[in-house]
Amino acid sequence: MEEIGSLIGGFKVALSWYNLALMMVGILLGVIIGVLPGLGGANGVAILLPLTFTMPPTSAIIMLSCIYWGALFGGAITSILFNIPGEPWSVATTFDGHPMAQKGRADEALTAAFTSSFVGALVAVILITFLAPLIAKFALQFGPAEFFSVFFLTFASFVGMGRGSPFKVLASMCLGFALASVGLDKMTGTLRMTFGYDQLLVGFDFLIAVIGLFGIGEILASMESGLKFSGNSAKIRLNAVLQTWKQLLNYWVTSIRSCIIGCWMGITPGGATPASFMSYGLAKRFSRRGDNFGKGEIEGVVAPETAAHAAGTSALLPMLTLGIPGSPTAAVLLGGLMIWGLQPGPMLFVEQKDFVWGLIASMYLGNIAGLFVVLTCVPLFAAILRVPFSIIAPIILVICAVGAYTVHNSMFDVWMMLGFGVIGYVFQKLGYPLPPLVLAIVLGDKAEEAFRQAMLGSQGSLAIFWSNWLVGSIMTLGVILLLWPLFTWALDKRAARRTPVPASAGAAAVDRNS
Amino acid sequence: MQGKSLTARVGRGIAGAAALAAATALVATAAGAQAWEPTKPVQFVIPAGTGGGADQMARFIQGVVAKNNLMKQPIITLNKGGGAGAEGFLEVKKSAGDPHVIIITLSNLFTTPYATGVPISWKDLTPVAMLALDQFVLWVPADTPYRTAKDYIDAVKAGDDKTFKMGGTGSKQEDQIITAALEKLTAPKKFTYVPYGGGGTVATQLVGKHVNSSVNNPIEAVSQWKAGALRPLCLFDAKRSVYTSKVTADMAWSDIPTCKEGGVDTEYQMLRGIFMAPGVRPEHVAFYVDLFKKVMATDDWKKFMEDGAFNQTFMSGDEYKTWVAAADKHHYDLMKEAGFLAAGK
Repeated sequence: MEEIGSLIGGFKVALSWYNLALMMVGILLGVIIGVLPGLGGANGVAILLPLTFTMPPTSAIIMLSCIYWGALFGGAITSILFNIPGEPWSVATTFDGHPMAQKGRADEALTAAFTSSFVGALVAVILITFLAPLIAKFALQFGPAEFFSVFFLTFASFVGMGRGSPFKVLASMCLGFALASVGLDKMTGTLRMTFGYDQLLVGFDFLIAVIGLFGIGEILASMESGLKFSGNSAKIRLNAVLQTWKQLLNYWVTSIRSCIIGCWMGITPGGATPASFMSYGLAKRFSRRGDNFGKGEIEGVVAPETAAHAAGTSALLPMLTLGIPGSPTAAVLLGGLMIWGLQPGPMLFVEQKDFVWGLIASMYLGNIAGLFVVLTCVPLFAAILRVPFSIIAPIILVICAVGAYTVHNSMFDVWMMLGFGVIGYVFQKLGYPLPPLVLAIVLGDKAEEAFRQAMLGSQGSLAIFWSNWLVGSIMTLGVILLLWPLFTWALDKRAARRTPVPASAGAAAVDRNS
Repeated sequence: MQGKSLTARVGRGIAGAAALAAATALVATAAGAQAWEPTKPVQFVIPAGTGGGADQMARFIQGVVAKNNLMKQPIITLNKGGGAGAEGFLEVKKSAGDPHVIIITLSNLFTTPYATGVPISWKDLTPVAMLALDQFVLWVPADTPYRTAKDYIDAVKAGDDKTFKMGGTGSKQEDQIITAALEKLTAPKKFTYVPYGGGGTVATQLVGKHVNSSVNNPIEAVSQWKAGALRPLCLFDAKRSVYTSKVTADMAWSDIPTCKEGGVDTEYQMLRGIFMAPGVRPEHVAFYVDLFKKVMATDDWKKFMEDGAFNQTFMSGDEYKTWVAAADKHHYDLMKEAGFLAAGK
């Protein structure tokens, strides 16, 4: 195997003391960047990029990509502890991670998140190692219609998420779509729904909405319930890591499915955020304990985290081989490559062997180092929840405000974040689910863009979504998932009508199907 | 090293409080010495997202300045790409009189106000210097039969209306303006223009044949050209490129004919220039002109220019101002003709 030889060569490059030290620095910085909402991996890498011009390119990319891994790990921490996703792809982690923390199982949730992240990343790196040139070609098949089908699949796998009324889900999602359409319409180059306010030019940034809806909304809710932080009961268990690992083995099916979704979304390149949402939606759909999702189910942490990391890692593949970034952070790294005098694209693997394999080897080492760093800190992170609410709440508020300000360096965003906080609180009170709103803000404009690009290309014919096997099968899968709840509902009804069974057996049948 | 960057960021926060002190210091030094230099970190606004051409150039300059100690204060880059760059231009317009804010511009300085109606214009900013002109090349996939620009234009003319798809960055911006100019030659047939988010995406969409052609900047498509996936048909400049070292096995940038040579009389180049906030003093402008001259003298810069096949033209002062005014008028005319103007413009 030629790849193994190249990889060993890569390890030789990556395993110098200088590079190892940069790796640790990168991971630590990355975790901090991931924890601070608003700063984000892309910004973090962009800030540090100019400092790397004096380093050899291989060392530079090792450090920057380790910041990326660190940020991916770090994003989970605040999601679980405070319900504040530090990164877009950690939003889905809050759905079950935070309820677990509220039940005093923060250490389990954190361990599950970190371990799943590691597994996802590892699978993606192995994929990159052996299949890079082969898979790279696949991304070329993705035109606007294919991209839209992927977003459609994400939305479809998410329908029926809320436990409440489907109309409330719909209302919430539509509000999200409306917010996503504010600002510049990329298709026509004109402004939409800005009503003459310059501040609205930029549209509603997803991060500001999420920091407000989740973070501030959560604090408002806690204040109402008597200024108590429900994580108070958090026990510090030193063996939590090992015990959680034992549990995780039961969810191997979810892990494998999430790895596949993640790798596929990273390569195509749909990105880590849709991957995490899609993976969560599917896990809920197929899990035997799907009904408990959203109440603190460990599987609901495993699914999005595995997929997000698998996607985040494999997103580097289209960047290296084609020069298309699969994530915002990859876009910044791409700029870095060019500045260091390396031209990303099909020739990189041929012309810059040392660089490419050094980077791939550092992906293995960086993730192992990252896992070690964050796992040893699990008891420490969990202990944060023991700090009284009256002390921690103002700190969270400050972090949220700083985070919202950082996104565009604009004070207007901080006010907007507070506004979203109130909306989040009201939504909770009225029983409107937040996840569909967030999903629509994140992916709404991208889906719209892809749809309209496809429509431009096909002169308005919808047949383009079934014009080849690739887009056709993704769309069909999406339609099936969309209609699935209807289908099971009809099936249940028929079963109930045909055999007037005793109530208990009927309930069991419904259970199995749901 | 990381420490330094973090201090720089914190510094920005403190800078506001220190502004008063700085202003006093400024008055003091202005009386004594002739030359002005920044007294706090300089904000370098990028009216575009991370990863694009303007972003790369700004970060590259930031790196070169830091590496060669060309300035005592650090440069902090800031992406404000919302509303096709309007966010960034408004920010600089608001910072009137502040000599610590500079902005790198691309064609959106001209196109965004006309297309969106946002109240900004180059006249709201202070021109500093032109760094370079970015080129545009007509690209098609390598396994299509078109050898020259004329071949391709003739094919579009012969085909059904709107069957040929032109991929480009953004809507009603430079790529679509060039497309509209080409449509004069393909009349009455038109292209279907498909706008994408960034130049890199356009290049890969072209390789995947989701569009038929693109007018990518050289740096956006060079890698696919080297790999034999794309073919350059012509360069939208009056003269051929000056870079003669081979990019592929048998071609250099200078081997690409101009579009005029190829029988397609269309020209377009994009400004990569620097502006400051309105109301700054001449000594402020002089400092930055001098700084960018130093940046351009470095070997790093020369290599960067060659990699991207830039047209190296430097201008400052009145010459630059005249050029910008003419370019603004030119964009207005092109956009008016193509019907891209916002209501009331």
